[in-house]
Amino acid sequence: MRRRKNNMYHLKVTFSTASRVLRQLSHDHRTVALIFIVPCLLLALLRWMFTDTIGTFNHFAPALLGVFPFVIMFIITSITTLRERVGGTMERLMTTPLGKLDFILGYMIAFGLMAVIQALLASTLLLYVFNLDVAGPHWFLILVALADALLGTALGLFVSAFAKSEFQAVQFMPAFVLPQFLIGGLFMPLDKMPGLLETIAYFLPLTYVIDALTAVVGNTDVTGDMWRDFWVVLAFMIGAILLGALTLRRKTK
Amino acid sequence: MNQQELVGKDVRVTKGRDVILNDLTFTIQPGKITGLIGPSGSGKTTLMRAIVGVQELSGGKLAIDGQSVGSKKLRHHVGYVTQSPAIYGDLTVWQNLRYFATIAGATKAQITEVMDTVRLSDKKKQLVESLSGGQKARVSLAIALLGDPNVLIMDEPTVGLDPILRQELWQLFGELAERGKIVLVSSHVMDEAERCEKLLLMREGKLLWTDTKESLLESTNTTTVEDAFIKTIHEAEKK
Repeated sequence: MRRRKNNMYHLKVTFSTASRVLRQLSHDHRTVALIFIVPCLLLALLRWMFTDTIGTFNHFAPALLGVFPFVIMFIITSITTLRERVGGTMERLMTTPLGKLDFILGYMIAFGLMAVIQALLASTLLLYVFNLDVAGPHWFLILVALADALLGTALGLFVSAFAKSEFQAVQFMPAFVLPQFLIGGLFMPLDKMPGLLETIAYFLPLTYVIDALTAVVGNTDVTGDMWRDFWVVLAFMIGAILLGALTLRRKTK
Repeated sequence: MNQQELVGKDVRVTKGRDVILNDLTFTIQPGKITGLIGPSGSGKTTLMRAIVGVQELSGGKLAIDGQSVGSKKLRHHVGYVTQSPAIYGDLTVWQNLRYFATIAGATKAQITEVMDTVRLSDKKKQLVESLSGGQKARVSLAIALLGDPNVLIMDEPTVGLDPILRQELWQLFGELAERGKIVLVSSHVMDEAERCEKLLLMREGKLLWTDTKESLLESTNTTTVEDAFIKTIHEAEKK
């Protein structure tokens, strides 16, 4: 009985954290607009660029659907969490009964919702406005795009624990995300890279996103490998959430 | 056994080579306002952060009612007012209070009550970032009062406030203490020390005095806390 009451408390606090974060966002229309519009604009730019070479667009666009939302959610989440740290509200929260996982999950739900809307907009645009030539089922492409945006959110939450200022947090984007983007298999197939680099690529989540999104374009069915990619992305996301909660410190030195 | 005492024993905090808190030993009882008085940079905030459980100790022990500070159980009973208001600027006053009320397990009626207490009821729907510094401080104080905590740790809660409101708040602190709560208020303003029954005088990470105000004035043969503080410092330096 007591245990159940306890669980209810954490559930309540998690959701009220999520709604608090969403309420904060609702006072900042510009940020919300940027979250939704920027990835779409980038994809549009890409489409325009490859007007005369649509085959190249078909090659790059699915992978970039994995990169743009990922990057944007990563930056936004890490900066917002950091703001909470710098502003002192995080410290205040750490003196209350709020659980560390409540905090992380609350953020995850709020920004996850943003990520889902963003990924839906971007993939709809790609599939039905730019008519991307996809052999496989559209729902799988959308599913991976969703998982990918959520992964960016979770990683952003996790790494913000290591930043002491906004400047540092912004640097994490080129430091953590760009290498994944470069060696993730978009520019060069993994098996053509030096052995060590190929091995490293297999430890990075974006590799699996890019693999799944490229595969759905070329395969009529969802293969076992594609499902493996999807589960790996999901596992990375859950891992980042748990690590985010674990690395949150109540006490500082 | 004394109920609900806050006991510090050889509390030590170091940052690199600097000693921020130098083996502090003290007891804070409920029932009376205890003032933590000292110039800025003396270690007041670090001591308060240690008491609310967010500052790691390099040595010593801090416990409330026999429980180590920062424990899960204690976190239900501690209200902390930080020096610069720790509140969400991009939410309204009411939204701020409602969020922290959920965490503290406080009801809507209590939110209304604490808003009345700090006289912010008319600012309910205003965005916090549009408030003045003093109003923000009051929002932060109101949040700490949610859930009726047994231990109130307040870091300079009345700085920059209107004198009438300051008077009212000190009266409120007195009432809260009388209801059996531990009330610790820090200040670098000596005239605020006059309002405290018990004093912890702090300078350069050390406690110079940990007893009642009366006994401080008596033992230094002075009439104001300011004079007593100066005399105590001189005597400590002679030794």
